[in-house]
Amino acid sequence: MAAFLDVQNLTKTFGTTTVVKEVSFAFDKGEFISLLGPSGCGKTTILRMIAGFETPTSGSILVDGQDITTLKPNQRQLGMVFQAYALFPNLNVGDNIGFGLKIAGMPAEERRARVDEMLKLIGLPGFERRYPYEMSGGQQQRVALARAIAPRPRMLLLDEPLSALDAKIRVSLREEIRAIQLDLGITTVFVTHDQEEALSISDRIVVMNSGSIEQLGAPHEVYNKPATRFVATFVGHLNTIEATVVDAATGLVDIDGQTVTVPTLPATASAGAPVSLTLRPEVLSVGAREGNDITLTGTIADVTFLGSVIRLRIALGRNTLSLDTFNDQRTAPPSRGEPVTISLASKDLLVL
Amino acid sequence: MKPNKFWSWLVFGLGAAYFIIPLVATFMFSLSMRRGYYSFDSYASVFSDPRFQATFGYSAVIGLFSIVVGILVVVPAVYFVRLRLPWLRPAVEFITLMPLIIPAIVLVYGYIRLYNSSSIIPFTGSALGTDILLTCAYVTLALPYMYRAVDTGMRTIDIQTLTEAAQIAGANTAQIIGRIILPNILVAVLSGAFLTFAIVIGEFTIASLLNRPAFGPYLQNIGANRAYEPAALAIISFIITWGAMGMINVLGRFAPRTSARTD
Amino acid sequence: MTDTTAGQRTRRRLSFEWLGVAPFIIFAVLFLMLPTLYLVGAAFIGRDGQFTLENIAGLFTDQIIAAYWISIRISGASAILGALVGLAIALAIIRGRLPEGLRAAVMTFSGVASNFAGVPLAFAFISTLGRLGLVTVILKFIGIDLYKSGFNLLSFWGLTLTYLYFQIPLMILIIAPAVDGLKKEWSEAAAILGASPWQFWRYVGLPILWPSFLGTLSLLFANAFGAIATAYALTGSSLNIVPILLYAQIRGDALQNPGLGAALALGMILITATANIIYLVISARAERWMK
Ligand SMILES: Nc1ncnc2c1ncn2[C@@H]1O[C@H](COP(=O)(O)OP(=O)(O)O)[C@@H](O)[C@H]1O
Ligand SMILES: [Mg+2]
Repeated sequence: MAAFLDVQNLTKTFGTTTVVKEVSFAFDKGEFISLLGPSGCGKTTILRMIAGFETPTSGSILVDGQDITTLKPNQRQLGMVFQAYALFPNLNVGDNIGFGLKIAGMPAEERRARVDEMLKLIGLPGFERRYPYEMSGGQQQRVALARAIAPRPRMLLLDEPLSALDAKIRVSLREEIRAIQLDLGITTVFVTHDQEEALSISDRIVVMNSGSIEQLGAPHEVYNKPATRFVATFVGHLNTIEATVVDAATGLVDIDGQTVTVPTLPATASAGAPVSLTLRPEVLSVGAREGNDITLTGTIADVTFLGSVIRLRIALGRNTLSLDTFNDQRTAPPSRGEPVTISLASKDLLVL
Repeated sequence: MKPNKFWSWLVFGLGAAYFIIPLVATFMFSLSMRRGYYSFDSYASVFSDPRFQATFGYSAVIGLFSIVVGILVVVPAVYFVRLRLPWLRPAVEFITLMPLIIPAIVLVYGYIRLYNSSSIIPFTGSALGTDILLTCAYVTLALPYMYRAVDTGMRTIDIQTLTEAAQIAGANTAQIIGRIILPNILVAVLSGAFLTFAIVIGEFTIASLLNRPAFGPYLQNIGANRAYEPAALAIISFIITWGAMGMINVLGRFAPRTSARTD
Repeated sequence: MTDTTAGQRTRRRLSFEWLGVAPFIIFAVLFLMLPTLYLVGAAFIGRDGQFTLENIAGLFTDQIIAAYWISIRISGASAILGALVGLAIALAIIRGRLPEGLRAAVMTFSGVASNFAGVPLAFAFISTLGRLGLVTVILKFIGIDLYKSGFNLLSFWGLTLTYLYFQIPLMILIIAPAVDGLKKEWSEAAAILGASPWQFWRYVGLPILWPSFLGTLSLLFANAFGAIATAYALTGSSLNIVPILLYAQIRGDALQNPGLGAALALGMILITATANIIYLVISARAERWMK
């Protein structure tokens, strides 16, 4: 089956700086795709090229087999949601949602029915006569979403749609967006710099850094098997342990005076050479645990209570590790300065 | 997106032509006093006219007084309305808009009828009185501009905090306005001042009806009696206006930026 | 004890505030309100000092009605044309993808040109489009005789064309902030929803600018309606517009009836006030969507 959204060798240059470099990806119909990366890495530029607001310097964009690279935005039949809502301030909610339908020449009766349907979908029935300024940010962004999907576009583009909202609304609205997307089966490209957001709602994630793709994969792939050091550090929290190779052949390394065996070492490693080991906070356990073959001892340097999770900072010497444990309501969290033994499975180490 | 740019250039080009052609034509005309070749004779004729010097000097002095009176009237009012009497604000704004709605000729007619030599305040009874009345009339004309400039200036500095800091340091209100607020809004006040000057310098209606020897009536008189000098005077007036506005622009670069401006 | 001192202090501070605002208020009363109210009153008082409607009735002569009518037409035409052209130029320099520097240059020039009114402006147009004006002469040279084809600088269209020289820049200065307020995302949102640029302006851009447009329009109207210096210097008293009529009345050249003069002034105030009230009513309806 041919890809529904097919981006080939997309490049964009502003003046002398190339902000998008030879980016290619292909997605199927109905997928929820996130473009994830730090601010300024070119996510918005890619989205705007898909929308038609920027002309690619080279490369092409195909939607459903049609090359849309040179089409005007108003001929592309796409829907878009902007970070700052961008509702038309002079039109009420009903007219905002009905705007695309009106432009398409849909009769008023039918239009009203579709607007009602959309308002129900976003959980704001009866709001059609309100003006944008009379609504909260979260409500405005829902209306913007309804406006974008009302004309049944081929694809939905969202540029950091949640960034302007406060934390609570951000989570509930992202769940709502995902639910609506699944409900309509609409192919969606979602731009964000928030890795948690991308991990939680995407089918697949494109991780970007300075104009290029670092990794493309499902959330669990990107998180569990980061392809590059950038991805490993950008997506999720990462511990880095600076160790010294004791015996390269057997994988013996020294971590602040404690000797452990690791499964693989870089081919260049030789005795006495420094090596970086990385691991996720959640693969560490306090105390021994079945399947964990490496044990280290240290002191608790800091305790951060995050609600359901408690994050401990454990000092081993020159290395300090983060460790996540679940909150247990029946026992008090450990306190600073306590000695502690931690364990991990050597297979969970990422050697980068 | 090409046509967009084409239309922009077209609109801009037509506009530029409308505004530049009269200036060029006037300039050429002002150089044509002698038959056959261009000369600055009309300018020489204007500058050597003692009435030019006298009326221009008179209007400049009246302009300076108008600026001073305007500042004295507007600055304290804006300060106290912003700081302590915010409920007065709509009324004050309405008053400052009145000169834009009531024609100057109506106002001056009112002055003449109201402040004649037999009234309680006989402004027009003496030359000095009339000069004072003329100054006040110009302050009124410039009120919308002076008010707006000063109000914008005070909005960009935090007068509340400045005032409280000065009070803690033991300053009285006159010191606060004169030494703290005024220097901080100097650029805004000067903008208002130059605008006032630009309005006053060639004003015709009021000066003429109050029978004062101002530059505006002199211009009109020359226009009715000469051919080339008016063109020279138009160019001179344009340059004076340009100078006043240019000063505002230059000053604008030194204006304090509001800390609240985020985007 | 403490209560009294606090009370005194409040009172002293209060009076100080009023002392600061007093010059402004006295000024407004002496030079704006009293003169206006005096004229309004005088319009209804006859030579004998009694109330009368005769002065108002006196306005309804052919000459005076014609003067009001041509004044309204010139002010209306120069306001509407000035507003439309000014808006077009503001849109071109702000949204038309023209070079950055152009905008600053146009704004500076507008500041100058909007203040370049009165007698010198009349001189400039006489030098340009008068019978011996440079453009007139050049056009004649290439075979177009402006004055033979009916144009006259001292006519309705001549005066309107001259007034545009300060009306257009004034519009640009006042409308530019409103045009700046149009967010780029609005036109992008419209485009991605299928709207053509024209549809964006039709349904979103122009409706958003509409209240500012109307407000400036009424200001331009009042601006032209009260203008006299330009017209007087251009035409002497040959063009019969209201401010020139009133000017002549004040100089004692004509009419010779103070009550009638006051009635003329009252008529002018009523017309400019009406323009502003129409603006307030329409914009209140157009601004439903604003805070
Ligand atoms: N119109 C433009 N002109 C010049 N540079 C631009 C333009 N738009 C974006 N850029 C630059 O391109 C880079 C990528 O921008 P963007 O795509 O907005 O990043 P992101 O959305 O990932 O934060 C940035 O460095 C930005 O400064
Ligand atoms: Mg972005």
